[in-house]
Amino acid sequence: MNAQNLNAPSAYFMAAVTETPESHTLSVLVDNEPGVLARVIGLFSGRGYNIDSLTVSETEHEKHLSRITIVTTGTPLVIEQIHHQLERLVPIHRVTNLTVEARGRNFEKPLERELALIKVAGVGEKRLEALRLADAFRATVIDATAEHFVFEITGRTNKVDQFISILKPLGLVEVSRSGVAALQRGPEGL
Amino acid sequence: MKREMTGAEMVLQALKDQGVEHVFGYPGGAVLPIYDEIIQQDAVRHVLVRHEQGAGHAAEGYARSTGKPGVVLVTSGPGATNMVTALADAMLDSIPMVCITGQVPTNLIGNDAFQECDTVGITRPCTKHNWLVRRVEDLPRILHEAFYVATTGRPGPVVIDIPKDVQFATGEYEGPRHVAHKSYRPRVKGDMDAIRRAVELLSRARRPIFYTGGGVINSGPAACQLLRELIELTGAPITSTLMGLGAFPASGKQWLGMLGMHGTYEANMAMHDCDVMINIGARFDDRITGRLDAFSPNSLKVHVDIDPSSINKTVTVDIPIVGDVAHVLEDMVRLWRTGSHQIDKAALDGWWSQIDGWRARNSLAYRPSEDIIMPQYAIQRLYEKTKGRETYVSTEVGQHQMWAAQFFGFEEPNHWLTSGGLGTMGYGLPAAIGAQVAHPEALCVDIAGDASILMNIQEMSTAVQFGLPVKIFILNNQYMGMVRQWQQLLHGNRLSHSYMESLPDFVKLAEAYGGHGIRVDKPADLDAALDEMIATPKPVIFDCRVANLTNCFPMIPSGKAHNEMLLPDEANDEAIANAISADGKALV
Repeated sequence: MNAQNLNAPSAYFMAAVTETPESHTLSVLVDNEPGVLARVIGLFSGRGYNIDSLTVSETEHEKHLSRITIVTTGTPLVIEQIHHQLERLVPIHRVTNLTVEARGRNFEKPLERELALIKVAGVGEKRLEALRLADAFRATVIDATAEHFVFEITGRTNKVDQFISILKPLGLVEVSRSGVAALQRGPEGL
Repeated sequence: MKREMTGAEMVLQALKDQGVEHVFGYPGGAVLPIYDEIIQQDAVRHVLVRHEQGAGHAAEGYARSTGKPGVVLVTSGPGATNMVTALADAMLDSIPMVCITGQVPTNLIGNDAFQECDTVGITRPCTKHNWLVRRVEDLPRILHEAFYVATTGRPGPVVIDIPKDVQFATGEYEGPRHVAHKSYRPRVKGDMDAIRRAVELLSRARRPIFYTGGGVINSGPAACQLLRELIELTGAPITSTLMGLGAFPASGKQWLGMLGMHGTYEANMAMHDCDVMINIGARFDDRITGRLDAFSPNSLKVHVDIDPSSINKTVTVDIPIVGDVAHVLEDMVRLWRTGSHQIDKAALDGWWSQIDGWRARNSLAYRPSEDIIMPQYAIQRLYEKTKGRETYVSTEVGQHQMWAAQFFGFEEPNHWLTSGGLGTMGYGLPAAIGAQVAHPEALCVDIAGDASILMNIQEMSTAVQFGLPVKIFILNNQYMGMVRQWQQLLHGNRLSHSYMESLPDFVKLAEAYGGHGIRVDKPADLDAALDEMIATPKPVIFDCRVANLTNCFPMIPSGKAHNEMLLPDEANDEAIANAISADGKALV
């Protein structure tokens, strides 16, 4: 028995894990009512699923609809489970696996963007270097003093990751990230 | 039809409009306005329990034995938290239940007020859905929606948390209307193409088996009738989970008995060796499958379930069919008939002779005794004595539960009430009370263990107050028998805290509550005592002293496959001590 089996939710899952985990982006349309986010998060924590990123905001005010975008990791079977478990929640209107849909259209991923606010403090050459990098990454300066910058950057998760890691030796102070917002390509909606 | 009324009046009006006749509950500060309405009417009868958990299980027993939702009413704080076990139980066994809880007034929510708890937060993972009603305008809609959600699709428990000021507030009441729910739309009709493929697969099978579960019973009497029809048409063998007992008659020729950890040898071997498995309304639970990577390795599998999340959860299947069992079975029976399908006769005969070979192994055998009552014998006698009577059997959890499942033959659905998924000790007595409330003329027996019965024994008082002549049949071996069995299997026979010291005198206990007590310890006296129990028109506690150290076999030891059962005649001390490998010991 390997370590994975010992950590399995039920001790009966002794079958060897043959599928490899993949990252999927789910778009979930829900009633914007109290507790709906707790239901979604509770489902993930209660059943031991991963949340890599989660964003939520009201998207259709008149209909009281919110859209939750969840990036999760799991084997294809686990992803299918997550999809169906989400659909069991009463206030959920629709669950769409954007990653699967994107693959169906021969794209690797759906449209995904993240916004980050990044504070860097420093003087002299490091400060100039940070500004040059921001330019290269098309980040904008939204706040500054003689000792610091706050950059705003939008892009795919790996681009934001890369920008942050480059800024680390240049006086990175703190970061706030929005999590992933995602839509399907093409003219149709959810 | 709209009328002005208070929130508390709305609750009672909605219960009436939903056809509710009985409510199980316990009053408290935050539900007093509703209780004040209850006493001023006669349409909804209230059964006062002695502990809120008892109300929950009574509602489950009521629901399970009638097919209607069970309704409970409890107060805020401890009233709600005491309900949690029953809600979790109903969640895992898919029992329709509507639980109304009182809550502190809205302006006090979040203030750590007296008897306040976050009821919707606490019950969120153990309900199908729950609501905190903050405005009386929303109350009628939520009340009706709650019944709709609890009873449709895969049934389950729901909670409506009503703050006290909302109960006092006045608003417009509206009766139930048939409007499509904005997001909840369970699917009942199965995909015809998948059903067609399933029927064709079945017709080409050489070693078919039907594996059915509680979903058949939840789907209703029509589903059970259609199942019986399909089994007869195909000539295939059928086994069932604990939750599904009664959907197919135990006296039927094609019945193999229950499957799983304590199922029969023939049922488990047939599951292991079949080439086509038709799962109807069961969920490949770990008690059923045993070791997953060796579960029925050579079969093509069909899975009918109303809940898409049950499909491919633990066992991947070849033909999934999402839909209500009765709807899908209706299509299957029709297609089978119109297609003049038939399973190859020679193959089926061969399969049956193989099954008869396993049957001949007589896996439920036990060594009879003239001096001591064997627990299996006690159940057999109880079964014989109650045959031909309208009998509802509930159980607690443990060895007695498995023996009841093995030795009590159920002919009809809705007559077997047991806590399958959650395994709740203390379930049986309140469940029997719930069944008795629904069926006053029937015989309602709780087959219990000496440990389990003490978990909700206070409900004897409820039974006496409401004239509910439930029978508590305790297989008293002075142990938590199943715990002890596992300690023997897994922990070198070190019986850590599984011996029940200082058990009460159950006869005196029965009398103290105003019931009748019977004690028997000789097999020769059993029949007469059972007659006495059945004839007594009030609650009875029957203290049946059985062999202390008997274990429940056959058994699939943890981490083993269906074809690696431990049979009773092989289960000597050494076999028991070595039955489970080091890997298996980590399992539950």
